[in-house]
Amino acid sequence: MLAHSIFFYTFSLIAIISAIMVTVSKNTVHSVFFLILDFISISCLFIMIGAEFLGMIMLIVYVGAVAVLFLFVVMMLNVAQQKNQWFSARESSNHIPIGIIISTIIFFELIIVIGGWKFKPGLVTSMSLIVDKNITNTHSIGFILYTDYIHIFQLSGMILLVAMIGAIVLTFRQRSGVKKQSYFSQISRERDKSVEIVEVQQNKGVKIDD
Amino acid sequence: MIDIGLGHYLTLGAIIFTIGIVGIFLNRKNIIVILMSIELILLAVNINLVSFSIFLGDITGQIFTLFILTVAAAEAAIGLAIIVVYYRNSSTIRVEEINSLKG
Repeated sequence: MLAHSIFFYTFSLIAIISAIMVTVSKNTVHSVFFLILDFISISCLFIMIGAEFLGMIMLIVYVGAVAVLFLFVVMMLNVAQQKNQWFSARESSNHIPIGIIISTIIFFELIIVIGGWKFKPGLVTSMSLIVDKNITNTHSIGFILYTDYIHIFQLSGMILLVAMIGAIVLTFRQRSGVKKQSYFSQISRERDKSVEIVEVQQNKGVKIDD
Repeated sequence: MIDIGLGHYLTLGAIIFTIGIVGIFLNRKNIIVILMSIELILLAVNINLVSFSIFLGDITGQIFTLFILTVAAAEAAIGLAIIVVYYRNSSTIRVEEINSLKG
């Protein structure tokens, strides 16, 4: 139990500090790196608490795909050198104290909700699908994901497809004045549109391309 | 203090959620950091779902965490594509200069 608490406090401290550094870091590339550190420590927490499959999936999806996508865009747009100016803005804006007040209120609301959960734990007693301790975490997720939630699973696949098509359509740029191959017109070319047999009379040429 | 329970994980989720909201409110640099703050908020939601799922013994929370991961990946891809298109058109993504919807 002592090792559990030590690991919990270590990983959560790293997660909180790196989350703060994501928002206050001057360089955007450093923010992405701290975001990666945050994801890694949270996935360590997930693995430690017993949700191994989700921890590994978070490593693959967030660190391997989303953070690398962020890094690509940050380096491609050349905004890494723009300095963070929200401490010394040119004109003094009044949204910083309002933002801090609203965030504090939200935090205390969440803490109140958590306290209510902690001190009155018998509020919700719904356990629809009991976790079997004999099979692994991945096994039990697979049992439920492919039977009870199969429609939502396929719907999430559709969401990914729509996101992929949307990203391609958004960033696709049609350049004018560039000669390109048109595969469809090449393949759909037929004989009677391209070749023609003409009777050639003697001493009179054939007029092509009229 | 030694005994780590559900409240510890929920408090961690609340702290990370609040940091994400602070990042959205206080950001003056560029929109990419706002997208990263949204990712932080989704991460806090994931922490809540997974800890409830473990401590209540119900696997459904982890299933929904999986779907939140899917939606977060799709959202990041679409948002970054929109940012790339906007940067190509107006060559800035600073938050204080994006004000063409002001009217």
